[in-house]
Amino acid sequence: MTQSAVHIFDQIRDLCGVALDRWHEANEAEVRADAALSDVRRMVASLIENGCRLASVFAEDRTAVTEDFLIYYVFDHPDDERFLVVRTVVPSHMPAFPSVAAEVPAVNWQEREIQDWFGLVADGHPNPRRVALHDNWPDVHPLRKDFPSDTVLPPFEGEQHVYRPTLGEGVFQIPVGPVHAGIIEPGHFNFAVAGEPILYLQLRMFYTHKGIEKRFEQLPVNRAVYLAESVSGDSSFSHGTAFCQAIERAAGIEIPVRAKRMRTVLLELERLYNHVGDIGAIVNDVGFGVANAHAMRLREYLLAVNEELTGSRLLRGIVCPGGLRHDWNDQQTQRCRESLRGFEQDFADMMQIIDSSDSTRDRLEHTGILHPEKARDLGVVGVGGRASGVDRDLRRDHPYAAYDEVLFTVPVYQEGDVLRRLRVRVDEIGQSLGIIRQILTVLEPGLHLIAVPPLPPDCVALGAVEGWRGEILHWIRTGAHGRLDRCKIKDPSLSNWPALVEAVQGNIVPDFPVINKSFNLSYSGTDR
Amino acid sequence: MFHIFKKAAQTHLVTIGYPHAPAQISESFRGAPSFDFPSWRDARPAADACPTGAIRIEESAGRRRVTMDYGLCIYCGQCSEADGTSAVKITRNFELGVRERSELIVTAEYPLEQDGSQGKLAGLNSGHASEGETKEHLERSVHSRIQQVLGRSLAIREVDAGSCNGCEMEIGALNSPVYDLERLGIHFVASPRHADMLLVTGPVTRNMELALLKTYRATPEPKMVVAVGACGISGGIFGLNYATIGGVDAVIPVDVFIPGCPPRPHALLHGILLALGRMEQRAI
Repeated sequence: MTQSAVHIFDQIRDLCGVALDRWHEANEAEVRADAALSDVRRMVASLIENGCRLASVFAEDRTAVTEDFLIYYVFDHPDDERFLVVRTVVPSHMPAFPSVAAEVPAVNWQEREIQDWFGLVADGHPNPRRVALHDNWPDVHPLRKDFPSDTVLPPFEGEQHVYRPTLGEGVFQIPVGPVHAGIIEPGHFNFAVAGEPILYLQLRMFYTHKGIEKRFEQLPVNRAVYLAESVSGDSSFSHGTAFCQAIERAAGIEIPVRAKRMRTVLLELERLYNHVGDIGAIVNDVGFGVANAHAMRLREYLLAVNEELTGSRLLRGIVCPGGLRHDWNDQQTQRCRESLRGFEQDFADMMQIIDSSDSTRDRLEHTGILHPEKARDLGVVGVGGRASGVDRDLRRDHPYAAYDEVLFTVPVYQEGDVLRRLRVRVDEIGQSLGIIRQILTVLEPGLHLIAVPPLPPDCVALGAVEGWRGEILHWIRTGAHGRLDRCKIKDPSLSNWPALVEAVQGNIVPDFPVINKSFNLSYSGTDR
Repeated sequence: MFHIFKKAAQTHLVTIGYPHAPAQISESFRGAPSFDFPSWRDARPAADACPTGAIRIEESAGRRRVTMDYGLCIYCGQCSEADGTSAVKITRNFELGVRERSELIVTAEYPLEQDGSQGKLAGLNSGHASEGETKEHLERSVHSRIQQVLGRSLAIREVDAGSCNGCEMEIGALNSPVYDLERLGIHFVASPRHADMLLVTGPVTRNMELALLKTYRATPEPKMVVAVGACGISGGIFGLNYATIGGVDAVIPVDVFIPGCPPRPHALLHGILLALGRMEQRAI
């Protein structure tokens, strides 16, 4: 149950010492304000000092309307159910903004994205090299409005990325990827090692950058839902729901109770199948193939439940603005309930097999430790954060769908190792089953969908969902003719990759796969 | 150890019979849409609803040409819902793998009526290669030689050239005890140098273009390439833009195309076995 809505942002505003103009509550989920560009550093520092977390930084090209760019800073606070979105203006004749990445490492990549995509310079950034467009790209800024969306770039002839050299006797580098040994997504890992232990890891992502945010500006909203589902295939429903929430806020509608409850069930089903798969993959990476075989069998069992309810094993094509495309009949919900009851026992048996293996525990405990302090600094979200003492979960802290009518707890561990990331998943599976059970008990007949009125142009809105990986944000600005002028997506993976770099340090190379798997981040969600 | 044996004894056989036995698939499954072209009166609602532009309309001189591209289709079912007549139906058909890209494209021509609807079907090009052409294709291609060289064993290297990871989820499932790819003599290998087949997902991004090409070159002859999913075939929902160059065949030659978003594991099995000549291509 949610606590009484505390509005701590209003108190912080007075303590902040920086002028925050046009302060207003835009809707039940969002407080908005403006800050002067010269105040940005102080504003960010003082909000963080007062317990806020900077969740996202992103830009928008408004040169067609006001000759300016806008940069948005999205904050949240444990004692406020709303997000605080502070906006600042960057004039197009002086395309630069003050970087806060040195103080808030969590936004390191996000500020560099703004540099790459909009050509706005992050002044004072500690590592201002390209991130989203690789080094061999020509000098283009594709998210600017004057960059046509059907542009085809000529073959790239620029220099390739140069990794920091590793110096010292007996120290060498192991380059891995982008094509990996397993059935996983592409990215490049450059390990600097001395014997077995890893000294440091350099990451190169954005191999799967496919221009999704630009693509959103081309598609009508009803088609764009499918694009949102394809941001990260294993989080189709969460991304789709976050996008639809933003659309529904912009349209000023509230979806029916039944739709909220059905969404909650599907969000938890997505968590279940991914967590089960991850538990299997983690123990498989330390050689426990039998347990993984059970996990894969159980995952398949859950995918069949998904298909039964939605027609898609990955829960695609069911969520839409206004609710859900199809209703369920009693037989479907009954079968879902029974299937999950069977799953619960089967999963418990699997965990008994895993828990009774001392050698598995030995490999997972104290492996890949992410210290709570680093997790906080890096703004780590989701499973990775909760295993390292970051007690945040949007389902509880910013309730959406039907999460305000169910009871559940948020598992948090302090040790931050692979074992705890596994345990968070195990605990969450128990909670998810409880949530689905509670919802199915109260799921009454009713509307599963309401019509969405035509979207008013020039509205901004935020959708936020705790996907199984962590915090998913979709921010939109509506444009003319029911299209979007901008859609910003923040997948939890974007803030969690730097945590992997921290967690592997000092561990041996053969443990890298299991540490990587224990975070299981989405390359596509990061790269977009 | 006791728990392991106990659970093994409790767990019955979970491996599916497919492809030796018919696939057991949920009634709810959304497979390929099927079109009754002769009775289709108006393609506009379906074309308007299609998120990827798989259904396309061209009009000129009082005629309407409707093109359906199964290589762009993401099996969302919007066309059938928007059409609302019995001319567009969602089937549970998943065996959609083909050897030629053109075989995924169906074109129908109609005279236009005054009210914008379609008259009597004037022409239908199903895109299917005729029997003679298929045979010729087989002879022309290296398939028969590959089958001789590779026999009944196949090593696959999976390459994600830019996918959303949905296809990877389903490809990964092939290793589960439920689909158990190895019972068919097929397994995934860690390096293209060990591979007979590249199983490639897309859309191919500009940042993966070179890596895909290098992986292809690193794979020893004889080799096959299978393009997986709407994005691997055509770029899918992502289309062509500054960051992508569309389907896998924009970079390397492709032997078999497997539609789907993502293709379910059964569909992947069908496509892989089709490339090996161990299963037949089905009519879409």
